Amino acid sequence: MSLDWSIFCRSTTGNVQLAGCLGQNGELSYLQWLLSAWGWTATVALLGFIIALVIGIVVGTFRTLQARSWLSGIAAGWVELFRDVPLLVQVFLWYHVAPFFLPSLKSLPSWLLVSIALGLFTSARIAEQVRAGIQSLPRGQRDAARALGLREVQVYRRVILPMALRIMMPALTSEAMSIVKNSSVAFVVAVAELTQFAMQAQEETARGIEIYLAVTFLYALTAFAVNRVLAFVESRVQVPGVGALARQGA
Amino acid sequence: MALDLTFYSWDLIGRYVLGGLWFSVQLTVVATIGGVLLGTVLAMMRISGNRLLMWPAAAYVNTMRSVPLVMVILWFFLLVPFVVGRPIGAELSAMITFIAFEAAFFCEIVRSGIQAIPRGQLQAGTALGLSYGQNMRLVVLPQALKNMLPVLLTQVIVLFQDTSLVYAIGAYDLLKGFDVAGKILGRPIEAYIGAALVYFVICLTLSRIATRLVTRPAA
Repeated sequence: MSLDWSIFCRSTTGNVQLAGCLGQNGELSYLQWLLSAWGWTATVALLGFIIALVIGIVVGTFRTLQARSWLSGIAAGWVELFRDVPLLVQVFLWYHVAPFFLPSLKSLPSWLLVSIALGLFTSARIAEQVRAGIQSLPRGQRDAARALGLREVQVYRRVILPMALRIMMPALTSEAMSIVKNSSVAFVVAVAELTQFAMQAQEETARGIEIYLAVTFLYALTAFAVNRVLAFVESRVQVPGVGALARQGA
Repeated sequence: MALDLTFYSWDLIGRYVLGGLWFSVQLTVVATIGGVLLGTVLAMMRISGNRLLMWPAAAYVNTMRSVPLVMVILWFFLLVPFVVGRPIGAELSAMITFIAFEAAFFCEIVRSGIQAIPRGQLQAGTALGLSYGQNMRLVVLPQALKNMLPVLLTQVIVLFQDTSLVYAIGAYDLLKGFDVAGKILGRPIEAYIGAALVYFVICLTLSRIATRLVTRPAA
């Protein structure tokens, strides 16, 4: 069994090899299709991560509020709701069910609906990390901020969240890497991302091994790149003497 | 435009949903048992101190953990027939895939569980004249498994949710059951809501049990 990488220079519309692996006048090679699929994976994952981060921080913060218990109740319900339904089913809900109740969603492209589904699913997980990060801070931080006369909102914005978010950088990194992998569920609603490419190109060309190898490599590369970028961010924002990097002596 | 809940009948549930639920449960149980066994072997390899055992185990675990599960499912569905020399069904392929994939995750859970056992336990066992194998089997693993129980159960919940991904190769699981029922009867919206509810109730129940175990680890 030998690998035949020339498959990537083949045209997607006819059984011809394209010079330089690039198609002209709207004709595409499998290589171009692969790269555009990679772009869709990155787009869906990035958008999902932004949604997850914003909502996750808000929900996770609400869960730690001491006074307004109904807000923390809603936050707890949010986490259970989005954590206890499989991501694939949530994608179906956004794609098939939500437009039935909110007809305006019908005009949204499927990649956007998948990003929303992915973002909300991940927001529940990030909320739990935020909560754990906040609860790991010594009580004295909160008390000291209150003693200085800061209001609750200021306590969170100026003292607690800046510390908690730095502490949770490693957990956030692993969530970001997961979201790249989880974006693969977009195949079920025909978003032209890497997994969808893998399934369709494998069927068209019957060169599954080469196709899967390329796709698997790009997923691993993307996750690795995300890891490096966030490790860099972590090293830039870390508070001296606090967090995982400090313990490693870095 | 209204939901038609008369769509659900015992006949429909019996005909389309129960078979799918049964497969999802089977897949979860088989992958948990197989994954914990294989994962324990991998964990022992990773902490053995022997490079010939450590490196392959580490490479295996890291590869599985850096590839999306859907791609792993597709890979096995493509490759297993090559290896065994004849086509196998989506269901059997899913079982093999999930054992192999989950083993990597259970390996890391078992590894951290073993490493959390104080070294004194191992030394005390050695002082009593136990061999390495006896030490692991009689002293370390029983304690480690007990401590790991909440994390293991959390992983089983994730695993149960992940079984829905066999949709990629067309295996007939719980989600597929609802999917087929919705398509045949022209009621996809009610079907997907039903699927979400069933998964939600099962996972919520399991996660409540896991929370109980955290607060009462000695039980």
